[in-house]
Amino acid sequence: MNSTEILNLKNQDVTENGTYKHTLQPIVTGTSVLGLKYKDGIMLAADCIASYGSLARFRNVQRLHPVGKATILAGSGDMSDFQHVQNLLEGVMLQEHCFDDEQEIGTKSIYKILSNVMYSRRTKVDPLWNKFIVAGIENGESFLGYVDLYGTTYQSPVIATGFGSHIAIPILRKYAEPRASDLTEAEASEILDNCMRVLYYRDARSFNKIQKAKVTSAGIEITEPYSLSTNWDFAESIRGYGA
Amino acid sequence: MFRNQYDNDASTWSPQGRIFQIEYATEAVKQGSAVVGLRSKTHAVLVAIKRSPNELASYQKKIIKIDKHMGIGIAGLTSDARVLSNFLRTQAMNYRMTYDRQLPIGRAMESLSTKAQENTQNYGGRPYGVGLLAIGKDSKGPHLFEFNPSAITPEYYAYSIGSRSQTARTYLEKSYEEFQDLPLNELIIHGLKALRDTLPQDKQLDVLNTSIAYIGDDSDFTLIDGEKTQTYLELLDSSMDAMEVE
Amino acid sequence: MIAMTEAAAKQNNRWEPYVDNGGTSLAIAGEDFCIIASDTRQSEGYSINTRYDSKLHRDSFNFRTEKISLATTGYSADAKNKHDKEMHSHSIAQMISIIQYQKRFFPYYVFPILGGLDQEGKGCVYSYDPVGNMERVGFQVYGSASGLIQPFLDSQVGFKNQQNVDKTRLLSKQEAYDIAIDSFTGATERDIYTGDFLEVYIIDKDGIKKEVRQLKFD
Repeated sequence: MNSTEILNLKNQDVTENGTYKHTLQPIVTGTSVLGLKYKDGIMLAADCIASYGSLARFRNVQRLHPVGKATILAGSGDMSDFQHVQNLLEGVMLQEHCFDDEQEIGTKSIYKILSNVMYSRRTKVDPLWNKFIVAGIENGESFLGYVDLYGTTYQSPVIATGFGSHIAIPILRKYAEPRASDLTEAEASEILDNCMRVLYYRDARSFNKIQKAKVTSAGIEITEPYSLSTNWDFAESIRGYGA
Repeated sequence: MFRNQYDNDASTWSPQGRIFQIEYATEAVKQGSAVVGLRSKTHAVLVAIKRSPNELASYQKKIIKIDKHMGIGIAGLTSDARVLSNFLRTQAMNYRMTYDRQLPIGRAMESLSTKAQENTQNYGGRPYGVGLLAIGKDSKGPHLFEFNPSAITPEYYAYSIGSRSQTARTYLEKSYEEFQDLPLNELIIHGLKALRDTLPQDKQLDVLNTSIAYIGDDSDFTLIDGEKTQTYLELLDSSMDAMEVE
Repeated sequence: MIAMTEAAAKQNNRWEPYVDNGGTSLAIAGEDFCIIASDTRQSEGYSINTRYDSKLHRDSFNFRTEKISLATTGYSADAKNKHDKEMHSHSIAQMISIIQYQKRFFPYYVFPILGGLDQEGKGCVYSYDPVGNMERVGFQVYGSASGLIQPFLDSQVGFKNQQNVDKTRLLSKQEAYDIAIDSFTGATERDIYTGDFLEVYIIDKDGIKKEVRQLKFD
């Protein structure tokens, strides 16, 4: 197609300048996901809501997605793009299954595939609007990595996306990061609960129905959705905002 | 003069169910100098005899590194081997870049097989005139594979290809059962013994014509050539002396 | 620079595909050595993503390093190991330039510095802009703290502001090392995008020595 043809298209995907318009904003979104390393592996947390703008649209969505036997993908951002990535990785895992050669694909490979997908989509200026955490265990080593719509990647003992990078990271850096190698499961769980509770108080797109997941040498475990205890007594003392 | 009607190209069957082009290519492999491969639970070894066309020429390379964890020994048309080794290197590199992981050798052989099979089914094509022995490791340990012009890639405990390689196989068939628990050095010596059996009476293994390569659970693909083979050749001699004493 | 492209992107109703992840890298060439150093902090806005993201990439098949500062959107340059031989640093230098220019109209937003030894064993530093302009220099600093470190190097390595000195004098290994370290401890105080750890590679005829030092964690 030449440029005049593009300009003449009455297509909403083409701008006035004739450039293609791809995703400019996410539509149905999930808010922060959190991850930390602890003694026996990795633990992740996310809530169960997918918002439509400020509307709490879908309230029973699982955002912690298992891939293979020892990897979890946690997704925030556009939920349809997240589901697309889930399908894509399922395809990869199916291909691997078909090789039938006992060569299992590990967390690092899944992370690399996902990073390549995210980077190549940003290079097409048609990004998948997500921030992902990939967690798992490969060859006895725990892995916690981040990748986003720019294809930016990093690994760290604690990771949080979105609002969590402002609110949960200071908590995680204080209580989890310095002790990552000797943190017990109960402690890790409590730290994540506390982070999710603060996020529920402060992030208007969050929801008090959350799930946690862990990857240990025993495999993957994802909890059923549950709620945290909260205390809204302080609300009584707040003046203004119509009260 | 007798002329075969069914050998003009690889896409014509003979009434006996043979494809002569493949068989001719297999003959080319038999004319190449010998390569021996063998493995234990922890290591895989290749040993090969290099040839030089005359005294003024250098010795032709017989063992080629593919990646840190994989290498091949070749017998037959060297230029065909170069094409295949380039292909394998590209595969290994691309796999690293997309999966952040080493290409499992079984999959490397499968893709090689897929590529080479096309040459046995298309009009105007010719099968690759080279045989390979490939060693490599994956999560299940060391492996030894063969590749030949018919594009099948079987896995072996021990095998040999190239000229007079039947004598080496006879040696390997007798002794392969004890290879499993052997340390690297002894495995190499067994390889050299099998390789020496393929030599004609007037030829010897020496530092110029011997190539050794190995891979192990705790070592990457390593090629030993030239002066460095001396140690192993001496070990071979002393182990033969010991046998004579017995 | 990023702010400018961001504004342009908004105007054209387009998504801005670049981010600036901060960080600083420098290299100093000596008579028979080269020192190349980077901090390991990766940031986005006022947040620190991670305290350890290496910006120094050691070449996998020879002893020269390739270094990328301001790694914005994940960039990898795997040289092809086709020839069973070590590539010379000037060949790698040229290759980097070509790789970059191939994306002249959608550049890799990186400012690479290549440091190593040349064919004669002399220390060498190559510096680039994002589209592949290349120059062999005596020292180079790029990244978020380059504005702080450049004048310091101009003075202490290039002797640019000094009189009655031999301006062609090359630093000793110890001098260059100390200046590299001081540059980063200084920059860490004022630049919020530089800190956490410092990776230093010292390259000489004996190979590459890697060192990791602590910078301020704040």
